[in-house]
Amino acid sequence: MYIPYDIVAIIVFLMLGYGFGQLAEKKHYRSIKQRENQHKEILVFSAKTPPSDWQIESAELVQGSVVVSVDYFKRFLFSLRNIFGGRVEAYESLIDRGRREAVLRMKEQAALSSSQSIFNVKFETSSISRGVSSALGSVEVFAYGTAVKTTPK
Amino acid sequence: MLITNVETVPGSKIIQHLGLVQGSTVRAKHVGKDILSGLKNIVGGELKAYTELLQDAREEATSRMIEQAQSIGANAITNVRFATSSITAGAAELFVYGTAVIVEEEQN
Repeated sequence: MYIPYDIVAIIVFLMLGYGFGQLAEKKHYRSIKQRENQHKEILVFSAKTPPSDWQIESAELVQGSVVVSVDYFKRFLFSLRNIFGGRVEAYESLIDRGRREAVLRMKEQAALSSSQSIFNVKFETSSISRGVSSALGSVEVFAYGTAVKTTPK
Repeated sequence: MLITNVETVPGSKIIQHLGLVQGSTVRAKHVGKDILSGLKNIVGGELKAYTELLQDAREEATSRMIEQAQSIGANAITNVRFATSSITAGAAELFVYGTAVIVEEEQN
């Protein structure tokens, strides 16, 4: 009997991607929400400098970065979506997870020096592609800013 | 060495500008780690090997910038920016630059 191994492999990858991908995403979101709650007192601003009446003790550069990849099933969904165009929800959650994780890592670094706020936060997103043939699969999100420690009045 | 990405060093006063300092590094990825990441690509999620690789490379670029700043007698770097560019498939350049300055603590 002829078995088309390549098609079987694709179906197995799709199932693996769907199952483990969904699990991993839910777990990641749970951890993100829990840590966001934990670090909610560290304020993040895109403003350039702190207000002039703040008593500033110290300032330092903090950064956070993460490389996240989309699963095989979502990549398949994207190839279908690419035919008709429109919103690609599969990739929206990927970028969202990456950005929030990068900000969290930046906040965790700021928490180490007990800074209360981060100013001038910049984001950088770059796609890590492996050769021309493969479509967008993984992105690096990098966030950096100046953590400021203020003295209580 | 004080490093910030705003135009000043909050809490300190800039007394002298010393000009632009920079640091960069070009990194390629490890084949073994690349194969593992390829497998991880099926189920998605964080690719820790790449996160670490890029973070190490950024630290290296930053330390080169700091070295340059120290050699011209600066004690702080302001307005730091990061840039990433891929040179060929499999190699990336990480570049960091800023303004070297001499600061002194503000008297309140």
